[in-house]
Amino acid sequence: MSTIKSLDPRVTRFNIEEDDQSMQPLERRDYFETYEVFHQAKRGGRHTHVGSVHAPSPEMAFLFAKEQYGRRSTSTSIWVVRTSDIHTVGDEHSDMWENVPEKQYREAGFYKVRSRIEQFKKRHNDS
Amino acid sequence: MYGGGYIFDKPLQDHKDDDDPVKLAEFEARIDRGEKVEPHDWMPFEYRRQLIRLIEQHAHSEIIGALPEGTWITRAPGFRRKLALAAKVQDEVGHAQLLYNAAETLGKSREEMINDLISGKSKYSNVFNYPAKTWADTAVIAWLIDAGAIVNQVTNSKGSYAPYCRALERICQEESFHLKYGYDAVVHLATGTPAQREVLQDALNRWWPPIMHFFGPPDNASVHGEKLMRWKVKMASNDDMRQQFLNMYVPKIWELELTLPDPNLRKNPETRRWEYTEPDWDEFKRVINGDGPCNKERLAVRRTAEERGKWVREALLRPETQYSVPLS
Repeated sequence: MSTIKSLDPRVTRFNIEEDDQSMQPLERRDYFETYEVFHQAKRGGRHTHVGSVHAPSPEMAFLFAKEQYGRRSTSTSIWVVRTSDIHTVGDEHSDMWENVPEKQYREAGFYKVRSRIEQFKKRHNDS
Repeated sequence: MYGGGYIFDKPLQDHKDDDDPVKLAEFEARIDRGEKVEPHDWMPFEYRRQLIRLIEQHAHSEIIGALPEGTWITRAPGFRRKLALAAKVQDEVGHAQLLYNAAETLGKSREEMINDLISGKSKYSNVFNYPAKTWADTAVIAWLIDAGAIVNQVTNSKGSYAPYCRALERICQEESFHLKYGYDAVVHLATGTPAQREVLQDALNRWWPPIMHFFGPPDNASVHGEKLMRWKVKMASNDDMRQQFLNMYVPKIWELELTLPDPNLRKNPETRRWEYTEPDWDEFKRVINGDGPCNKERLAVRRTAEERGKWVREALLRPETQYSVPLS
């Protein structure tokens, strides 16, 4: 069997056999479980979910997360959490997110007083 | 970097389209309203299947695309360029991680995708089956292949599948560094000595056919394609993306007094579309099916990384496992 002759001297030095078919397919979980990553860009800011990484342990998840989501600009902190430790509600309950249409009474903009004050003043001055 | 054009699978012959019509109507109404689809939402069988193929190919392209450029890290001219090229190649590998994660949300595991890449079942962008012969090749790749990738990825980032859009948003931000870095490297050679211009022109001549191939063959309108457009899996025709690329970059190439190896290349002032000689689509098919100058090397390198890294993954898998003395 011939080995790969590459433009890349590192590849040539590896002595890779060209048609080696002996590799066993990867098995499920060879690439570990996943962790969700939360990134804080500056002190005082929020930790924001930015994505996930595959890792064999929380320590490795942290290293991969730092490399994957913190290699540019600034980072002040990263959290990693096992994906399987995140709790949410299944889609069979998606109707719980449906909102009542009228919830204006919870909004600041709902409470308008100025026109009533003006009317009150007008009435008061007229009398 | 690198999505490439849309090359979808033909619809499965043996699969009966048995999507629930009520759910399908709800799904299509959601897309028509401009809403995004999240992983646990109901989706048509064909939507899931074609998205897995699209995102997986994109991920493989990032990881294989790191190889031709990576060739030059050890021989980059100067420390600043070495740092920049290493950073770019690291970005590409990072993009693959983001995209594999997005594809995984559709139900195909990371391991299955890597197996399919190594066995040759899954494809990646055809341009990476060509060699990067000189330093100028890395400049042309970083500028023009990444430019093509940006056209493709910005288009795809308006698609309907939310995890893919989120990955692309992050990727596009990083690609803008690649593009400017590549343009800088090309301009450095183009404004340099005659020898520098010559090596650049040579690289451009060799990369032009793969660049024209990059967006994929002209798509013939098909019922299948219309459905994928309606579902916002496919966001533009391959030819439209190619036109957009030519419109943005040919003038910049000509401005540097470089030439392109196509005597018919011109913008028709009436139609405002670019005319060109169709690239050799038979070669494209041949190379995509394994018969290109670097196919074997690319997959062999990937396979070797997987095999020779196995012991590291195994060692990491159970760091707490310790030797125990037999009980009796």
